[in-house]
Order: sequence, then C-alpha cells, then structure tokens
Amino acid sequence: MAVAALGSAPRVKVAPWNDPVIRGWVFQIVVVGLVAALAWYLVSNTIDNLNRQKIASGFDYLGREAGFEIGDTMIDYSPASTYARAIWVGILNTLRVAVLGIILSTILGTLLGVGRLSPNWLLNKICAWYVEAFRNVPLLLWLFLFYKLISEAFPGPRQAISALWSSVFLSNRGLYFPVPMADPIHKWMGVALLVGIAGAVVLHRWAKKRQEATGQPFPSISSGFGVAIGLPLLVWLAAGAPSAMSWPELKGFNFEGGTVIQPEFTALLVGLVLYTSAFIAEIVRSGILALHKGQSEAAAALGLSRGQSMRLVLLPQALRVIVPPMTSQYLNITKNSSLAIAIGYPDLVASINVTINQTGQAIENILLIMAAYLSVSLSISAFMNWYNKRIALTER
Amino acid sequence: MRNVTMAVAVGLTVAFSATAVTAGAHLDAIKARGNLLCGVGTGTAGFNLANSQGKWVGLNVDVCRAVAAAIFGDAEKVKYVPLTSQQRFTALQSGEVDLLSNNTTVTLTRDTALGFDFTGVTYYDGQGFMVPKKLGLKSAKELNGATVCVAPGTTTELNLADYFRANKMSFKPVVIEKVDEIRAAFFSGRCDVYTTDSSALAATRAANVPAPLTIEDFVILPEIISKEPLGPVVRHGDNQFADIVRWSLYAMLEAEEYGITSKNVDEMMKSDNPTIKRILGVTPGMGKALGLDEKWVYNIIKQVGNYGESFDRNVGMGSPLKIARGQNELWTKGGLQYAPPIR
Repeated sequence: MAVAALGSAPRVKVAPWNDPVIRGWVFQIVVVGLVAALAWYLVSNTIDNLNRQKIASGFDYLGREAGFEIGDTMIDYSPASTYARAIWVGILNTLRVAVLGIILSTILGTLLGVGRLSPNWLLNKICAWYVEAFRNVPLLLWLFLFYKLISEAFPGPRQAISALWSSVFLSNRGLYFPVPMADPIHKWMGVALLVGIAGAVVLHRWAKKRQEATGQPFPSISSGFGVAIGLPLLVWLAAGAPSAMSWPELKGFNFEGGTVIQPEFTALLVGLVLYTSAFIAEIVRSGILALHKGQSEAAAALGLSRGQSMRLVLLPQALRVIVPPMTSQYLNITKNSSLAIAIGYPDLVASINVTINQTGQAIENILLIMAAYLSVSLSISAFMNWYNKRIALTER
Repeated sequence: MRNVTMAVAVGLTVAFSATAVTAGAHLDAIKARGNLLCGVGTGTAGFNLANSQGKWVGLNVDVCRAVAAAIFGDAEKVKYVPLTSQQRFTALQSGEVDLLSNNTTVTLTRDTALGFDFTGVTYYDGQGFMVPKKLGLKSAKELNGATVCVAPGTTTELNLADYFRANKMSFKPVVIEKVDEIRAAFFSGRCDVYTTDSSALAATRAANVPAPLTIEDFVILPEIISKEPLGPVVRHGDNQFADIVRWSLYAMLEAEEYGITSKNVDEMMKSDNPTIKRILGVTPGMGKALGLDEKWVYNIIKQVGNYGESFDRNVGMGSPLKIARGQNELWTKGGLQYAPPIR
C-alpha cells in the first residue's frame, strides 16, 4: 500500500521550516514569548504609571486602621480594627449568605420541581407560575422589592410586633430573638457535635457492610441522628445544663440583648433563595423527567417501597443529570450575593469598595476581591465535581 | 458593580497608557474634545441636581461652568457625569472626568496617596446629624445605640465612627451607596439618624422629605462634628489645568470682593480701578499667564456670576435651602472665603 510505503521510507531530509515538529515548537515558543512579554509590559508599565501619578501601591494598607464601622458582623470588629479584618468580615458575610442561600434554595427548588410534576392541577400551576414569575424578573428588582417591603411595612422598634410572650420582636430593625448566654461549655458542645457526626458516619458505613454481608438491615440514619444530637446534649447536661438566656429588650433607640437578623440580610437571602430556586426547580424537573418510566416500575417489581425506590433507584440516576447544572446555580448564588451593595448588606464587595475609596488603591483591592471570589467558586466547583464523580454511573 | 467596572478601568488605563503625563496634556485633551467632563454628585439640592428641564444646577455645577467659561468662553460646554461617593475617585483617576466638583472634602490622603490636587474650597462645611422630631433629641451626645444612615466611602463615614468612639457610644451603621436609597431608608424609619455634611442635611430636609411628612418633622442637631472644606479636585499631572480650575474659583471670589456682578460686568469693563482692570483683562497679562483668553474672568462673571451670586441663587436666601453665608462669607465680612490677589 502506498501509505505503508511512505511510512517506512527512509526519512527524507526536509528544510527545518518545512518540518512540522520544528515548526510546532517554534510557534509555541513564539506564543509563550509574546504572552510573557505582554504580561511583563503590563505589570512594569502599571508600576511605572502609578509611580508617575504618585498613587500609592502595595498591600501595606491592610495592616492600617480601617476607621469605618460595619453594621452586621459575625466576628468582633470595631473601627479600630485593620482593613484586613474589615475585608475578612466582608468575606464571612458573603459566605454566610451564600451557604444559607445554597441550602435553602436547594430545598425550595427541589420541592417546586417535584410540585411541577404533581398530578394535582392547583399545585402544578402554582409551581409553574412561581417559576415563570421569579426567573423572568431581574434579581436586583426583587431585592429592592423585599428591602422596601421590610423597611416600609414593618413598624419602628418602639411599636415592634412581639410574639411568644414578648421574647421575639419584629420591626424594621430586624427580627430580634433570645439566645443562650455565652458559656464556656458551648465550645465543648461544638466538639461533641463534630465527634457525633463522625460517629454517625462510621455507624452508617458499618451498617452498610453488615447488610452486604448478612442481609440484615440496620436503622443507621435515625440512630446516626441520635448520636450526632445526643452527644452534645449529654455534654450540656453533664455541665449542669446552663440555661441562662440573653433576652432582647427595648433600650433607648433599639433592642439590646438577644440576637438579630437584620433586614438587609433577610432581603438579600430571601431574594437570592426565591430567585435561584426557580432555576433549581427546572433542573430538578428535567432530572426526574430524564428517567425512563421503566425504572420505577422495575423497582416496584423488585418489592422496594416507594421511599426505597426513590432513594436507591430513582434519585441516584436523576442526580447524574441534576448535579452538573446545579453547580452553576450554586456559583450564581455566590456571585449574585454581590448585589448586596444595592441594599446595604455589608458583604465582601461593600468592604472592598469602602477600602478602595479610603485608600485609593483600586488595583490591589480588585485583585483581592477576584482572589476571594475565585477561591470560593473554585471550592464549590471542586466539591461538586467530587460529588458528581461519586454518584456517576460506575460500569462494571 | 459600576465602581468595580470603573476600578478595572483604572487598572487598564494605568496598565496601557504609555505616554508620560506632561504639563498641559489634560488641557490639550479637553480643548481637542471641545467640552469639559465634570464629575458631579447624583443629586443634592443646591449643590448638584438636574432640574425639571434636565439642566444641571447648583454651587458645584457653577464651578464646572466657570472653568468651561474660562477655557472655551462658553459656560455651557460642560458634560456632566453624575457619580456616587464611591465611584468618584476611580472616575477621576481613570480620566473618565477631567474635574470632580462633588462636595469632596479636602484631606491629606486624598491629596497625596490618591494622586489628586485640590484647587480651593467652594464651601466650608461640617458634618451634622438629622433626626425625626418625635424622638425629642436635643444633642448628638444622646445618640448612644442609634442606627445611623450614612454614605459609604466618605469622610462622613470615618468621622461618624471617630465621634462615637471618642464619646464612648455605640451605633449601628446602615450603609447604602445611592444617596436616594439612603434617604429612603432614613425616611422610612430604618435608621434613627441621617448623617452627612450639614449643608446636604439642610438640602435633604428642604427638598426630599416624602409626603405626608413635612420639613417640620425633622430637626438638625446643633453639633457639628467635623471640618469639611469642600472643593473641586483634579488629578496629578497637569499643573496648568489645575491652575485654571484654582483661579477660576478665585476669580469668582475676587469679583464678589470688588463688586463685579453678572449685571454690572459690562460697565465695570470701563472702570478706572487698576485692580478691576487687571481682573477683567482690560489690562492684559493675567489670561496669557494661564494660557487663556484675556477675557476669561469677564466670561465667567458674565455667564456664571460671582461667588456671592452663585451662593445666593443655589443655596442661600434666594433658594429654597435658605442657608446663611456664615463661614462662607468673604473674609472682609468675617467669613473664611479669601482669594489670593489676581496680579
């Protein structure tokens, strides 16, 4: 054959500019060189221009006193804290709204998605209308609406709506409710909870192995919950059950004591959850519809209960369709939380913006904000990819 | 998100602009463009506000108009760019505007680390507190535990924290970028207190109280907790342009001091007073020194008016704000406004 003859023929001497191997190398070296040169040009030119315009540069400002107050913090913070801590407060606030948003919108979205498949006409239509209403209006408008509703509709702190024997107060300053007084035992209860969760996981694995070996089922889920919750409870009882509470009380302008969920946080969380759950509902619906009807029939024929067939047969297969687009929704929640700036929730963008404004160092701060969002988003992606791989169809 | 975009724009501008900034570079660009890009606030009555015809008016706007009159001989050759407190500095750094006339307080950090030059003081202000009358407060010292509405990225935000720290009081800030949203939060009762420069408090109280509430339902507490000299800002790198902005404002003050107004400026051209002749360019030299037409002051006064006229029309007794001249009176009348001589 002609092709075989060509392949086995002695190598003809070609000019180097006609040799595909050499040519490939040359092109790649040129491209890498150009990219490196461009990067070098940009960096050196930036530094040069910053110096010429006498704009400060470098990350020294992170250790300086921030001087501004933040309205909603999860860790100790005061205007005497550093810029680095102010930014850290912002990161934690972003994470808080993102994590809660992801959990709540997954639950709500799944319920809605299943509801849209319900044979009940009313439920079906309500879910369909919900999805269309929420995903077709920009999120920013929803945020403005919820924020306005909270600040306009609820009374001031002195006329607050109180419930549960005056222990919970709802006003336009937020929802105040009592919390246990800080006690050293809380730390140990946290440790006990972690130990309990680890114990539950071990128990579940053991139960699975035993069932594979002997066929005997073990109620590992309910007993696992018992271990995870019982252990901290035991620690609490062992410490003499300290039950002092911090109650919210109207003092001067506002409530003091207890803890508060602020209107800005509520508006942002509600907006994010309602908006994103509309998308998640469609993803869940598509995942379930992707399954062949024969799957549930086969599960029933094997004698599995409805719950078992959902858990062991249907969901694992539907998840393979659901998980990849779900990752994008989780990333969207995280990134959309930056709309907080419009309604005054002190998230990462807000902290960074004030820092840019007070220090004038836009480039450094933008690098920080990009690094923060990138690491959060990449962590979510990495976790979801791991989970996706775990539930993927393993062919034997 | 807009300021993030703008900050990226700064990055890109700084990264790609290869030419060194030389004296006159900004001025040449402005002349070539044919108008002045002036950064103003997003809406504070009396200082910068688009009126019912969509025309920008106010004390800050008059500074932009004066500079345009000096450079082009036409006060209308200005393009206004409304900026929030957070956007303004990046907009100026990135060259999106030539001049910022936006109630910006002169501070050391802004003058140095941000790469700016302040070119005078248009309004001597101080930070105050506004509260609903029904709270029955008499003093800012009674504000312990209050929720305070404040704009981010301002000296106001820092002074507020300093004041409460110094007086061992606590507060909760509600920080929203758009001034309309801050006011809405305050008027709806989300905050107990609204704090900003006292002039802007007066403007808000006069122009923004939503019905059925009235101006009488709000009081401004007597304490002034800071010095806020507000003035126009340019970026480093073009001293000639900075000089023009600086002396345009001085010209308005000098004109008031020597009694030159938009009404009598044509008669004043015939004046025998050597100082007035020098100011109005009848005796040439001043315009040339700045690189401008000799009639630069004439154009400013004819089209914009002197400082006193502008003050009265926008924020003073001739306006709904009715702010007294106070510290902003000329030095000859016991105020702080003092322009170096044009000679």
